[in-house]
Amino acid sequence: MGIGWLEVTVAAFVLTVVSGAFLARGSNWLEPRFWKGFAIGGSLVMFTLLWILTFDTLKKISMGSERVPSPTVINHKIGYEYNADRRMYVPVIGEEEPFFGKKWSEEEAYRLITKGKLVIQSRNCMDCHTLLGNGAYYAPDLTKAWLDPKWETMIKPMLKVETREEAIATWLMNTDKYPTWTRRMPNLGLSKEEAQAVVAYLKFMSAIDTNGFPDHFGKTASK
Amino acid sequence: MSKLYESQKLALWYFSVALVLFGAQLLFGLLAAYQYLNPDFLYGVLDFSINRMLHINAMIVWLIMGFMGGVYWFLPIETGREVVGIKLAKLAFFVLVAAVAVVVLVYLLVQTGKGDFFTLWFITEGREYIEAPRWADWGIVAVMLVFYFNVVATVIKSKKLTGILGVLIIDLLALAGLYLAGMYFTPNISVDQFWWWWVVHLWVEATWEVLVGVLMAWALMTVLGTPRKIVEAWLYLEVFLVFGTGILGLGHHYFWIGTPEYWLGIGGFFSALEPIPLVAMVVHAIYDAGSHKLRAANKPALFWIMAQAFGNFVGAGMWGFMHTLPQINLYSHGTQITPAHGHLAFFGAYVTANLVLMYIAIQRVRAPEGPALDSRAWKLAYVGFVITIFGMVGALTVAGFAQIFVERAVGGATWSAYIAGQEHPWVREPMYWRFGFGVLFLLSYLILIYDMLTIGKRAATATEVKPA
Ligand code: HEC
Ligand code: HEM
Ligand code: HEM
Ligand SMILES: [Fe+2]
Repeated sequence: MGIGWLEVTVAAFVLTVVSGAFLARGSNWLEPRFWKGFAIGGSLVMFTLLWILTFDTLKKISMGSERVPSPTVINHKIGYEYNADRRMYVPVIGEEEPFFGKKWSEEEAYRLITKGKLVIQSRNCMDCHTLLGNGAYYAPDLTKAWLDPKWETMIKPMLKVETREEAIATWLMNTDKYPTWTRRMPNLGLSKEEAQAVVAYLKFMSAIDTNGFPDHFGKTASK
Repeated sequence: MSKLYESQKLALWYFSVALVLFGAQLLFGLLAAYQYLNPDFLYGVLDFSINRMLHINAMIVWLIMGFMGGVYWFLPIETGREVVGIKLAKLAFFVLVAAVAVVVLVYLLVQTGKGDFFTLWFITEGREYIEAPRWADWGIVAVMLVFYFNVVATVIKSKKLTGILGVLIIDLLALAGLYLAGMYFTPNISVDQFWWWWVVHLWVEATWEVLVGVLMAWALMTVLGTPRKIVEAWLYLEVFLVFGTGILGLGHHYFWIGTPEYWLGIGGFFSALEPIPLVAMVVHAIYDAGSHKLRAANKPALFWIMAQAFGNFVGAGMWGFMHTLPQINLYSHGTQITPAHGHLAFFGAYVTANLVLMYIAIQRVRAPEGPALDSRAWKLAYVGFVITIFGMVGALTVAGFAQIFVERAVGGATWSAYIAGQEHPWVREPMYWRFGFGVLFLLSYLILIYDMLTIGKRAATATEVKPA
């Protein structure tokens, strides 16, 4: 099972009060020494709890865990559906499908994803876009970009390509030529290899369990 | 009046460079804001991403340089001696300025690189706020080590470990240590953002907050003569409340990045308590200033102290609380609500604190023995800044709410939904307001600079004339 938020919160409170009171014992509450005791006690308790939670979290978000998939997830169909038990949208990893016409081995997939992340950092995508909701607000959030309906409804026909991955890669290499509104994305000079790596990264990212963010992605209120 | 310590002269250099970078920050912010209105402007030449990166990196660097200046200013006063290793400190200053200049030139001229480690080491790391390439990271670490050595060695030599200095020494260690969490590449974006927030959140909502607590403690003692015992008791209380809420409050950034569900509760709960220390600081400032009936020999410093207390509470506390519960953040995350809060918090807490420090230095240099430091220009700049920051933030807040409805709630957060949101008049029009208030903000900055160059000058010449 693991850690529950209420237990952590109560523990933090009790430990802070106890350690603070112990360190401040014998002093009047108007003296600096009293608050010094609480400052030291409170900080140590919180910092210790943060480290414990950090170890637990890092274990739960390693690649191949339940929350963050293995890079080979790019060999699978990915969906995003409402989960009634958790009361939130969750990624659904489906049957196998080829990605750029082939099945990627564990090592190949890992290398591709690593390249994709390097490209994303080298072009400062996050100073225009948000990824997992963090970054800049000048362009759409890319958390679930792989799943965006617009690739099928607009970009694929426009570029006359067969698959979604080709559509995204080709579009990313020619952003200046195929704008979909007045705010264009600049052509960042991605090579074909780089563009494919980015697409792999977008697919991988769409399979991360983000506790339901963004909510009801791709479903409008009227539908 | 005795001469300035060398350390205080160094502080003046730090303040000067900080002010220049403040100006640069605003210019790039205006370029980015203008690109919202006219996306073709400098398209492919100086793209939004580059302007934005320069905008926020200039901010981080100038605020830190101002804080360092503040420490170099007060350290000799607190310890009663010249700073140990002052030559080294001056060298570190020039190294820092040179490194910043090189990084900026590379940002402007090279901008981006291929997707490989060379780019990360020599062009950009591409991670918001800490985009600086890895070589510069290590340069910053080296400069910080010198700074830390200056502080610790001076305290040891003087044998005066006051409560304020104790807090400073521990806080600086944590602040510098956190920076190391930002120098790290991983293909796993959830792990990446996990550590990235250690730097960003544990800086601005923990270690910077305490650093400013230290600097404002000295400021209150200088400007209002508040007794040390009161200031230290408040400082410890602030440390307790800031670290007690802010460390686990980090969880409000762990709702949606892949991290476990328990962060929804932990992050929501503790971050919701984060405004408490900020209320305490307002009470502290009002109490101290009120007991002096708002009279002090350094008018601008006193008023910026009040602005700091309120700005911190409103920008960080109120605008932060507004979107910190997961139930709200699920929809507001990454909308214009976020920069609305970001602007008001950084301005309210940290720009104001820097201005307090600078006016304290100016008074000491220009009019150490009176008359009171005052002018018309500082009041104009003050009112200008307050009105225009609220103008910008108000515009972004309206845009953010509209974006939440149109893009997130109704549209389902897709690419087309994003565009529908941005094209909606309630999002589009506030972007004009933001730009307009931004221009007026720049004007207030220019008035501020004019004031800093002239305030107290007449008083100084008057006292110089006397002996002749
Ligand atoms: C200068 C700002 C800027 C930068 C930098 C930038 N983008 Fe974009 N991006 C945009 C804009 C604007 C759009 C919307 C373009 C349109 O609709 O025609 C966009 C659209 C997209 C889309 C389609 C939107 C969606 O929701 O699926 C993807 C995918 C994308 N960008 C990926 C990237 C990647 C990957 C990078 C980094 C390699 C990047 N962008 C860097 C501005 C930028
Ligand atoms: C002076 C202190 C503070 C400063 C300078 C500050 C600044 C910022 C900035 C710049 C961001 C955007 C980060 C990004 O680029 O992604 C941010 C995000 C956030 N801040 Fe603060 N903040 C402060 C205090 C607080 C407090 C006290 C709270 C809560 C009560 C808070 C709540 C939040 C939340 C919830 C977000 C995430 C927004 C999102 O989901 O997009 N902040 N803050
Ligand atoms: C002339 C005035 C200013 C203008 C026009 C301006 C404009 C901008 C713009 C356009 C962005 C990018 C937002 C986006 O990604 O959509 C931005 C981001 C930011 N600016 Fe400013 N800015 C100004 C002043 C300031 C000041 C005074 C500060 C604080 C000291 C500041 C701090 C920030 C921060 C922290 C961000 C990142 C926010 C986030 O990620 O949430 N800006 N600004
Ligand atoms: Fe935070």
